[in-house]
Amino acid sequence: MIRIVLPFHLRTLAHVGSELTLEVEAPITQRSVLDALEALYPMLRGAIRDHDTLQRRPFLRFFACEEDLSHESADAPLPDAVTSGKEPFIIIGAIAGG
Amino acid sequence: MSTIRVLAGTRKGAFILTSDGKREKWDVSGPHFAGWEMYHLKGSPVDPNRIYASQTSGWFGQIIQRSDDGGKTWHQPGTPPGEPAAPGPPKSASNKFAYDTAAAPLTTHQWYDGTQHPWEFKRVWHLEPSLTDPDTVYAGVEDAGLFRSTDGGENWRELPGLRGHGTGPKWQPGAGGMCLHTIILDPKNPKRIYIAISAAGAFRTDDGGATWKPINKGLRSQYIPDPNAEVGHCVHHIAMHPQRPGTLFMQKHWDVMRSDDAGDNWKEVSGNLPTDFGFVIDVHAHQPETIYVVPIKSDSEHFPLDGQLRVFRSRTGGNEWEALTKGLPQKDCYVNVLRDAMAVDSLDKCGIYFGTTGGQIYASSDAGDSWNPIVRDLPAVLSIEVQTIS
Repeated sequence: MIRIVLPFHLRTLAHVGSELTLEVEAPITQRSVLDALEALYPMLRGAIRDHDTLQRRPFLRFFACEEDLSHESADAPLPDAVTSGKEPFIIIGAIAGG
Repeated sequence: MSTIRVLAGTRKGAFILTSDGKREKWDVSGPHFAGWEMYHLKGSPVDPNRIYASQTSGWFGQIIQRSDDGGKTWHQPGTPPGEPAAPGPPKSASNKFAYDTAAAPLTTHQWYDGTQHPWEFKRVWHLEPSLTDPDTVYAGVEDAGLFRSTDGGENWRELPGLRGHGTGPKWQPGAGGMCLHTIILDPKNPKRIYIAISAAGAFRTDDGGATWKPINKGLRSQYIPDPNAEVGHCVHHIAMHPQRPGTLFMQKHWDVMRSDDAGDNWKEVSGNLPTDFGFVIDVHAHQPETIYVVPIKSDSEHFPLDGQLRVFRSRTGGNEWEALTKGLPQKDCYVNVLRDAMAVDSLDKCGIYFGTTGGQIYASSDAGDSWNPIVRDLPAVLSIEVQTIS
């Protein structure tokens, strides 16, 4: 079970709370997690990744286990703590403050 | 008695303001889509409870919302209202605006520094529902292109003939971006559509969108190398009276213009305006020669002259203008009125409405003679549309 934390505006689009859980088949990667997320919540297609290239939108970041995974390969395995459900995969709007 | 519904798009959400035909007391609903930039909302002329909305964000991109109950509830087309979609492949891509590169390869356009720049989709500026079919709606987008949905906003297809016209490399962004912001459907000729782009100019199709021609003859713009060029003009808005679809009124960057031959030729009608820079322009619902503008000081100072918010009305189709000030702030007012932020209702005593970047929406129930703020403290208003519902 993969835990995912969405930013506020994507929660309202998907009509979900602050955290949701997904069943994702191995291998557990950014791509497989986001594919599963968009399959269940198609209204998020295009809001996290480009429709066609599947590249991360430039003002979004992916965090997990206190690390910024935004520039990791989409096909790299996510940390064990994410795959075990101990830690969430966090999608967050860029810009730390202001 | 009629109901008036004002649809306001703002920088931080959408608001719906409702009144009866007296237009004295207003119910304010919102914010809808709180925190999102709501560029435009517009209802179907044939089904007023069908409203389309453009919801956009630099972070999350473009979303299209639709209401089928007059704005009480909303959903993304193709997604069941109020619920996540069923598991499985997406059945629609209501937020996907893909240029038709097979029909018209993406070119570059001119960037601010004169170099060429790739064409990239950014957002929907304007939604124009069909005059006859509630499921058909047009979208004007940045970078400039025209899209159409025929299934209630679930899927969008570009009308590539416009972008493929061939002058694209000469188009350039205005201060707000290279946006297609005006779409006018000819009520007497379903094959004819007018659009306007900042900063490319006005274009017209007479074959339902397959082919387009620039209609900028008579426009003169000092900020492009050839002031009389075929394209490159920063048209801010165009208005038309439905009974006279061949007559168009234009607020250009500078200059108020009119055409009486469907845009083939334009002449300046700025007349005695104190400044002819501005964004909005609109036409009285029952008097095709009565038009309204809100003069703004200059392209460097986007606020009214002398801190006085004044609507100017011409009853002669231009040239002769009178200032309308009753009820509007006449000192220390430094708001702007953006290009899509004025609309008219169609009651016998025509109502005029406009929104400001200061968050006020002003209404006149006597064709502009006097004004009252419906609300004063919304986020910056991006667009105003009005529905007159019997």
